[in-house]
Amino acid sequence: MAYSDKVIDHYENPRNVGSFEKGDQSVGTGMVGAPACGDVMKLQIKVGADGRIEDARFKTYGCGSAIASSSLVTEWVKGKTLDEAATIKNTHIAEELSLPPVKIHCSILAEDAIKAAIDDYRKKHGVEPEAAADRKKVA
Amino acid sequence: MKLPIYLDYSATTPVDPRVAQKMIPYLTEYFGNPASRSHAFGWKAEEAVEEARAHVAALINADPKEIVWTSGATEGNNLAIKGAANFHKTKGKHIITQKTEHKAVLDTCRELERHGFEVTYLDVESNGIVDLRKFEAAIRPDTILVSIMMVNNEIGVIQPVWEIGEICRAKGIVFHCDAVQGGGRIEIDMQKLKADLLTITAHKMYGPKGIGALYVRRKPRVRIEAQIHGGGHERGFRSGTLPTHQIVGFGEAARLAKLEMATDSERVRALRDKLWNAIKDMEEVYVNGDMKRRIPHNLNVSFNFVEGESLIMAVKDIAVSSGSACTSASLEPSYVLRALGRNDELAHSSIRITLGRFTTGEEVTYAADLIRRKVSKLRELSPLWEMYKDGVDLNSVQWAAH
Repeated sequence: MAYSDKVIDHYENPRNVGSFEKGDQSVGTGMVGAPACGDVMKLQIKVGADGRIEDARFKTYGCGSAIASSSLVTEWVKGKTLDEAATIKNTHIAEELSLPPVKIHCSILAEDAIKAAIDDYRKKHGVEPEAAADRKKVA
Repeated sequence: MKLPIYLDYSATTPVDPRVAQKMIPYLTEYFGNPASRSHAFGWKAEEAVEEARAHVAALINADPKEIVWTSGATEGNNLAIKGAANFHKTKGKHIITQKTEHKAVLDTCRELERHGFEVTYLDVESNGIVDLRKFEAAIRPDTILVSIMMVNNEIGVIQPVWEIGEICRAKGIVFHCDAVQGGGRIEIDMQKLKADLLTITAHKMYGPKGIGALYVRRKPRVRIEAQIHGGGHERGFRSGTLPTHQIVGFGEAARLAKLEMATDSERVRALRDKLWNAIKDMEEVYVNGDMKRRIPHNLNVSFNFVEGESLIMAVKDIAVSSGSACTSASLEPSYVLRALGRNDELAHSSIRITLGRFTTGEEVTYAADLIRRKVSKLRELSPLWEMYKDGVDLNSVQWAAH
């Protein structure tokens, strides 16, 4: 499989790898995917007092495209409000990384990870998430 | 040392320079059609074809008349399985094979099922090897054909084909053995192995691609139906103009394999063990398949919590292959590893490293070091590794499957 230069760049120099303290009130954690499918993404956002995402971290088990997709979105969400971050679509990710059709699911997973992280943050702050009902929560 | 390092000798091998040298004159100078009986060009080509046939026969201790040239292993397996099944279909319609066969066998069996045959796909044990009692139990009065491979292409385990041959012979069942991964690598003696049909191919033993052979036993004679019809070449078993240069290459590769197999095997085994010894102390590393009943050049390892495709991408200075079928647009992990009962994480986390004639100790040292570094790096990226380190039982997690 030939990867695009951008996928290789993110894969070789992944941005924002790591973890925040899960219990921290300013942190939202999203974990999506399953080992059985060969992809698991964990995305965390740290939200500042102004309601903007000030930092993000990820860890991903998966192919190069999955790692690149999650690395990319940690860069994209920074500085955005939760509502703005929620508008990031898998098509934007797939386009930016020139993902081939067989790797589109990696970008879908990254979009899901953002939404799951936002939902988790909102839940911590007593806001009922809109999309949580149709997504199984990962323990 | 030149990068990338080739460690995928089970996929194919380079043509040995000695083999290539021998082939060249048959492209330009001795280009005759070996079936041309009317002039010296044809005679010269035929002589070369028959000399090669003798070398290939000698490699497996067979009679040259028992060697039928094919275009390679896929055609050989098709000819053997379809040819035997169709010839004997009035006697019965049951075929036995196993789940970890190569696709060239499995898909051929599937095709026969569409034509009314019944196929039993035997399970293998957790070490990758077929249980002989379960094999015997699967035999029915209407079983006409058994197809079991000698050496598995992914995990390198050696199946008990000698015992299976005895059982089939006693019951009068045709036995086909796909010996593609064993040919030229381990000793095959057709006086000891009671297979009626045996597939080998040149490009796994330092010969060219595009040429293989099907051994078709004469004593006792096995009957098969031809699959390709035409000029009646190869005593009617396989029509088509013989590719003289390819056959000459196969012959030379077989001659060299017979001469050098013993020393090559021991050298490669030492390198394989050196590689394994250099990585086996890592955490959560598992060998797939039996380590003793195994071909010397194969190592198939799962690095738990690291996804195979990303690992292969990370170690791009070494050419290895994924046990996982991810790269072929499927999210399914290796069916061979699943047949061993490996869980999803381990089946998704495997790489196959296969060594060969031109592998050096320096290359193995480099490969082991690279693998260690990249596995550690990818584990730092892996949420599963983090959970494992935190003591989370991954089986207890309810995953949101996608």
